[in-house]
Amino acid sequence: MVLLQRPHILLLLIDTHQFLQCWIAFGSANEEGQQQEEFSEELLVKPLPDHKLLAHFHFQSSAPPSTSNGCHHHLFPKAISQLVQKFRVKEMELSFTQGRWNYESWGGFDPISSSNAKPPGVELWAVFDVPQHHIDASWKNLTHTLSGLFCASINFLESTATYSTPEWSFPPASGNVRYGTLPCEAVCTENLTPWLKLLPCRDKAAIALLLDRPSLYRGFYHSQRLHLTSTESSSEGIDSGIILEQTLTVVLQPNSERAIEVHASEKHVQPSWSLSSIFGKQVSGRCVLAKSSSVYLLLDRGLVAELKFPNKENGKSAANGLTSENFWSNPSFELSVNPDRIFLEESSSHSKSLSILYMFQVEKYSESEPFDIGLMWKVPVAWLCQQTPLHASRFFMGSGNERGAIAISLKSTQFTEGFMSANSKDGSCELRVDVFQVVPWYVKVYFHSLRVFVDQQPRAVSDFIEKIHVSPSKDKMSPGVMEVVLKLPCRVNTAALTIEFDKGFLRIDEYPPDANQGFDIPSAIISFPNFHASMVFLEDDSLNRSPLLSKFQEKCPVMSYTEVLLVPLTTPDFSMPYNVITIKCTVFALYFGSLLNVLQRRVAEEERFLKAKAAKKTGRLPLLLSKLSAKLRGRRREPLHSPPSSSSFINSKLVLKVILVAGLAVGWQYFFS
Amino acid sequence: MAETKEKSLSDEKPKPRVRPIVRLGIFLISHSFHFSVVCCTAGVLALFLLPVLAKNTYISENALMPGSASPMLSNQHVSDGNRLVKDLTNPNSKSSETGIESHKIIAQYMLDLGAEVSFHKFHPQMNQFHPLHFFSSPDSGKIQENYSCSSYGINTVGIIRAPHGDGKEAIVLVTPYNALKSGFGEALSLGIAYSVFSLLTQVTWLAKDIIWLVADSQYGEYAAVAAWLREYQTPKFSSLSTPNAEMCPDVNNLFELKGHSISGSKFSNSFRRAGTMASALVLKVRDQNEQFEDTISIYAEASNGQMPNLDLINVVNYLAVHRQGLRVNVEKLWSLLNSSWLKSLGEIFESLAKVAKSLYPKWKFGIPATEYVEGTATLASSLYYQALGVPTGPHGAFRDYQVDAITLEISPKFSLDKVWRNDILLRGGRLIEGVIRSVNNLLEKFHQSFFLYLLTSPSKFVSVGVYMIAFALLIAPLPMVAASLYVDANSSSNCSKGDSSTPSAITDTDEHSIAIRSWRWLNSAKLVFIVHLWGAIVSLLPYFISQIPDCSPTTSFMIWVLLSILSLLTLNSVLASPLACAKATQEKEWALVKSVTISSVFIGLGLMSVINFATAEIGALLMVPMCLLAQPLKLDVRAGTLRSFCRMICNLVLGHIAFPPAAFFLLKGMLDGFGNANVGDFWMWVESLWAWNSATYLFIGMVQLPCWVLCISILFHTC
Repeated sequence: MVLLQRPHILLLLIDTHQFLQCWIAFGSANEEGQQQEEFSEELLVKPLPDHKLLAHFHFQSSAPPSTSNGCHHHLFPKAISQLVQKFRVKEMELSFTQGRWNYESWGGFDPISSSNAKPPGVELWAVFDVPQHHIDASWKNLTHTLSGLFCASINFLESTATYSTPEWSFPPASGNVRYGTLPCEAVCTENLTPWLKLLPCRDKAAIALLLDRPSLYRGFYHSQRLHLTSTESSSEGIDSGIILEQTLTVVLQPNSERAIEVHASEKHVQPSWSLSSIFGKQVSGRCVLAKSSSVYLLLDRGLVAELKFPNKENGKSAANGLTSENFWSNPSFELSVNPDRIFLEESSSHSKSLSILYMFQVEKYSESEPFDIGLMWKVPVAWLCQQTPLHASRFFMGSGNERGAIAISLKSTQFTEGFMSANSKDGSCELRVDVFQVVPWYVKVYFHSLRVFVDQQPRAVSDFIEKIHVSPSKDKMSPGVMEVVLKLPCRVNTAALTIEFDKGFLRIDEYPPDANQGFDIPSAIISFPNFHASMVFLEDDSLNRSPLLSKFQEKCPVMSYTEVLLVPLTTPDFSMPYNVITIKCTVFALYFGSLLNVLQRRVAEEERFLKAKAAKKTGRLPLLLSKLSAKLRGRRREPLHSPPSSSSFINSKLVLKVILVAGLAVGWQYFFS
Repeated sequence: MAETKEKSLSDEKPKPRVRPIVRLGIFLISHSFHFSVVCCTAGVLALFLLPVLAKNTYISENALMPGSASPMLSNQHVSDGNRLVKDLTNPNSKSSETGIESHKIIAQYMLDLGAEVSFHKFHPQMNQFHPLHFFSSPDSGKIQENYSCSSYGINTVGIIRAPHGDGKEAIVLVTPYNALKSGFGEALSLGIAYSVFSLLTQVTWLAKDIIWLVADSQYGEYAAVAAWLREYQTPKFSSLSTPNAEMCPDVNNLFELKGHSISGSKFSNSFRRAGTMASALVLKVRDQNEQFEDTISIYAEASNGQMPNLDLINVVNYLAVHRQGLRVNVEKLWSLLNSSWLKSLGEIFESLAKVAKSLYPKWKFGIPATEYVEGTATLASSLYYQALGVPTGPHGAFRDYQVDAITLEISPKFSLDKVWRNDILLRGGRLIEGVIRSVNNLLEKFHQSFFLYLLTSPSKFVSVGVYMIAFALLIAPLPMVAASLYVDANSSSNCSKGDSSTPSAITDTDEHSIAIRSWRWLNSAKLVFIVHLWGAIVSLLPYFISQIPDCSPTTSFMIWVLLSILSLLTLNSVLASPLACAKATQEKEWALVKSVTISSVFIGLGLMSVINFATAEIGALLMVPMCLLAQPLKLDVRAGTLRSFCRMICNLVLGHIAFPPAAFFLLKGMLDGFGNANVGDFWMWVESLWAWNSATYLFIGMVQLPCWVLCISILFHTC
């Protein structure tokens, strides 16, 4: 406890010190009624249908747009503000993800999943506020800066072959977007620690205290995200208000002892959990620098429908009587802590039932009385999360090292039917699907081979594709980008897009060290612009709105990422350069040797030399040698004076001698060893 | 002969020096007889030396680390597996005729583990002869019009997603299961797979997804696995108006039951996929009991003699022998095991090795005679199955998609008590767990170890660098002999003409005749080409014969033979081939024919050795002596010496053996006895070859048969 207290005191000291400084320096500014730098921390916990638990940490810092404070901040991380100023970043999002978001059981239609479900590895996109020809330079500098800041190999996104320029399908639609992913980046604590350093209290107080590394990385999904927006920059572009949003989404398994589940009776009961049991820590006290720090418990629409709250019908009236006990003392579950407030969702267009949000103020709790919320399930509940209108999956077709095809298959989920009834007034109901796909240059996609299958029938591409933008890849220069807007009928069951490709060859120095693993094709983004994942909760005071809840209210289109694909390319034998060099050298040696031989030879002179040699008396050994060679030549040019019989005689005699000596040696060795 | 002539020429006018490489070539060509005898003997000897030269296997890929982690499969999982075995062997579950009940049981068990489950329905696809599909990649298959609801199979597929993995790769575990008449062995194999599966849902080390495929083997194990793979790799998005399996009432029934399952979201009737397959294991348990100890047999040969990476076999062998105490087996030719000549050969090698070792202690290449015999038997079966080009199990379907796969067949020491069953579940499960864990460790796909090898025992192999020597030695004399025959045929006629005319005078007409003579080989080449064309026609004929309905194998074979002879005669008459030795003026005609034949055989063998080495090796053993020895019988009869008599006998024997059907019946007789040999068997065998797209079929039709015909035509040449 003493240990825990100490940093708090220290932080308080620092805080007061900073505050004093601020006061002295910018007192006048504050008096003018300008916004303060703010920091708030929130944690949202949500039970998932497949016995897992979603924890979503949301930290938000904001710096006011003011010229007066120059480059000094008291709460806002300086590294980020410098980055924004230097590279004129308008908006940026960086995410580190490990594991896959399970769209089928964890849902894809709520604000959490559509903005926090990210592809494995690193994803970065940024919008710049600089002239067109400076964007690429800014992007390169930004990747290097972020790489240093987050201990990740984001700098690999620097090369033009790895990032792309989405034209219009990418959500923050504007021409200044750059988008890049590193699907094979391993994510670990070394990326989390610099991320935590951006928080004013780091992980030393309040909610961030829960970020226990072993339990976080044991989870099924782990995505840490950093999203920053700099609000309308002035003409100078230096002083801009920046909102930094840091989220961490984890999916955890509440109880690790699965042996209990074997009993059939308990199998379907959701596991009970508490914050201390899943994170191994408790929330004690608040981060004094935070404006607000609260914990939410979200019960899904589907879950609420299953739970059958007694006064579900008159939800409005219940929302007014927020302290009504009906909502948190339910026959099917029990909360260990009484919620401070209960929010009820405003009626949504897509679903009949409404989700419920319980809010707990962490400020009330202290180190002596730590906050630990727990949920005990009493009866088995099963529900389904709201899914995206179409479930997308992507896979490879074909085999072999030569060619293949990428297929994106869209399958309707039961959700669409509910939507259709609401939207098909005019009879011709259409479902718009945006597909954004980046393929590296070594996968040479033939865009003309794009084919569309709707409800298992091959259809003409023009019937369903409303808009398509293609930028073909350039070898070693830029990846291929395909942006497609599909207009599908609402009653569509299945749809599929296939596109063929040839596998390219890389130069030997372009292969990564683990070339035999194969090459990753980044996730495609499937978005549904007609659908907006938003949750609007009834709140009495709109002034003191929580950043998380206001984030929920934003109308962001429903998005889902497909799987990362692994394409095996032909890999050379990497000892090949050595072999090639040796073979080449041999060939060159042979070639030049014979060439020189031919060039320097004079036929007439040679004949004269041969005649002279024949005239000369030769010694015994040279004679022998010449005879041996003559024998090798097939006795074609034997000297006239030596009869052929003698030559063969001498030869066989010699061979006999050699064999005799060798036999003697072998016998000697055999008998005397 | 050539030498004397050239010497006489060189006497007249001094020739410039010839390049050494050319000199060497000329030397080899002029001594081609000795050279070919030495090379062929060395080639055969090298083949028999292969078991001695075999190296011990080793794990080449460091990332595999087999056996470095202690197995986590506990008795808890074993009892889970046992529960499934009990449920499946329970008589109530077999009540329904279609065996859907047991599929439901398996699916329910998978769902309870939290795996994603889907059913894959398929119509068994009959293997058909596609003349042009030999080397093409597997396609999505033709849609047959007459599907009926009665004939479809159901594969049950369970997928575990690796919790931390990115889902790019997957490991496949296949257990063939016939719901209609499953033996206890099949249920046991499912039990082993289930116990591993239940462990894998809990472990945290999983980096690759796990797919468990329960292949419905009522239409054959291979067909089920191949159908699933076809759907996985090359799905059809468009289903035409053919009746789909979904419309059949039974299948709908299957889905309805699952509909109200509590974890319904995990089940879907759509086809589910995981990432690129890293490797696949097919697990079987044999019903027959083994006498002495629990053994595990490894089957690895896929179509056209393709083998999985040696590391996969190494891992299985290492874990089975050193961790689980199972005996590992690979296929052997049992008939070779008690052949006395092999034993004596082994003893000779052993004693030679002993002498060599006593001469120089570092020469340790000897192996005991019994080991040699076993090694040879294994090597022979390895060669045989690779040469056949027919996969030895369902793993063959994976190799078509470049996935390394093997079949493991556990044959337990049989007894019925529960302790024994638990033991085999535990050991088999731990073996599978270990292999999956090793493959899971892999960062890259299998590439470190050999793909081209022959096994001489589970832990010994002969790599391509060694076994190529035997083949190279066998075929090395072919170009030499061809060249020498060509030179011979040209020069002898030259000499005979030169003697008749005045030797000094070289006129224009003579030069002209020389020019004509040097192109004489074209005539022979034409003959050889025609015979090869005929070979191609013969290999296409079965496609048309198989279209004839209700034809027994024997009659089909007869039709084939008749049509072949007819087509040969037609071709012969139409293209006016000089087969009948019409041109008596050219007495050395047969030598030129032989020369061109040998060249074509050399090319054919060389090409085949790239496609399927084992076929080329066996073909070379048959064809090289036949080609080299072939000489008109008339000449031999005329000569009347002992040497020519021996040659005649050899020629006649080889002429019989090298005829493909004769070779087949001889081999079959050696393996299973001559008692039940039937003419139709050859047709059946050929049918199986083309059904599996084996290149051996093409080799027999387009290289061996023409070669045999040409050699026979040389034998009966009327000179």
